[in-house]
Amino acid sequence: MKITLTVNGERHRLDVEPRRTLADALREDLGLTGTHLGCEHGVCGACTVVVDGEPVRACLMFAVQADDAAVATVEGLAGGADGDGTLHPLQEAFSRCHGLQCGACTPGMLMTAAHLLDTEPDPDRATIRAEMSGNICRCTGYTGIVDAVADAAARRARGLRARETS
Amino acid sequence: MKCPPFDYHRATGVDDAVAALGAAGDEGKILAGGQSLVPVLALRLARPAVLVDVNRIPGLAGLEVRDGVLHAGALVRHLALAGQGLHPLAAEAARWIGHTAIRSRGTLAGSLAHADPAAELPAVLRACDGAVQVAGPSGTRRVRADDLFLGALQSALDDTEMITGVELPVPDAWGFAELARRHGDFAVVSVAAARFGDRVRIVVGGVAGVPHLVDAGDLATVDGELSADRVAILAAAAADDVDPATDLHGSAGYRRALTEQMTLRALADLAGQPRPVREPA
Repeated sequence: MKITLTVNGERHRLDVEPRRTLADALREDLGLTGTHLGCEHGVCGACTVVVDGEPVRACLMFAVQADDAAVATVEGLAGGADGDGTLHPLQEAFSRCHGLQCGACTPGMLMTAAHLLDTEPDPDRATIRAEMSGNICRCTGYTGIVDAVADAAARRARGLRARETS
Repeated sequence: MKCPPFDYHRATGVDDAVAALGAAGDEGKILAGGQSLVPVLALRLARPAVLVDVNRIPGLAGLEVRDGVLHAGALVRHLALAGQGLHPLAAEAARWIGHTAIRSRGTLAGSLAHADPAAELPAVLRACDGAVQVAGPSGTRRVRADDLFLGALQSALDDTEMITGVELPVPDAWGFAELARRHGDFAVVSVAAARFGDRVRIVVGGVAGVPHLVDAGDLATVDGELSADRVAILAAAAADDVDPATDLHGSAGYRRALTEQMTLRALADLAGQPRPVREPA
């Protein structure tokens, strides 16, 4: 079935089997292997991407269902204003706070956190923990991950306030 | 962990969906949010020949209260249900479903049709004495919650029928309590309680093949305030009324004890009392 996917702002035309999940279409057909697959049945959260502004499990959505949708994946996070590959503030924070271990869960963690920061201006730690609870880290490095999201949120909140008062 | 092959039909309307299901005989399956169906396919527990995708049918995502009843479209997502203020019990229950990335896709009608006895929304539908509107080859019909759930993952819907709307009467007072082992998991035990006039309906999830409506007899009739004593009596009655099984997640006795505790909490919320604090033994 022929579909059109817009991924990180770029339009792609694909011909996929109906059973092709969005995750496999991204990885196998578009070569965007940043989106990881863990359990492939909706439990681990590694494949989380943002579709039309909302986080989804890319292993629980068929690519044909994302026809004409806008998909954001981890590959779209870095970039900076002039596309120079500058890390997203969340990526910086994961590095700074030791939120990175083996990396299997990282893309899903980042996309879940990115959506959280887009929708909650100043989340407290309980909110961050609840929101990140749908993503499993096989290294069990949750403390660093929650620290990273809290750090990115706090820095952004300070930045926003600095801009508001300047 | 890849799904078996299937033919895909993107339905343009309810009639089109029902026709496609009819053409598939008993080999068709509705694809709504897919949060339960796709894992079932990935694990190859089912191999439907045709998936009828209802996600793009227009007009099925409405939320509106008429005459004290929330009329919700079949495609209302859990996130939308959690975020609405028209039916606070349904909103609270929806917040307990999975995680944001699950709630963004999962649908109200999908959860009801899936009929998982530990799921939140079937318990809420029954606590509110709600009903679903169903479209099928021979027209439309209305199925009350008490008749909808037949057993674990079994509903009264035919393979060629589809839920189009959900009626959820808005209770005068309500409470909801749940215990799950991990955040976002299905409940070990959940309790939805709703008061309509002088009647309190208590439904327990996770203790039977269907959401269990507690038969508390005259105790469920409340004249005026629900006292703390009556809350305790009703919670004990609920624990007496359930007959849970033992499985990996808890023994029958544990589930019975949880039924009492969750009922205490839900009814305390319903009555506007502080939740009782249970001292460690």
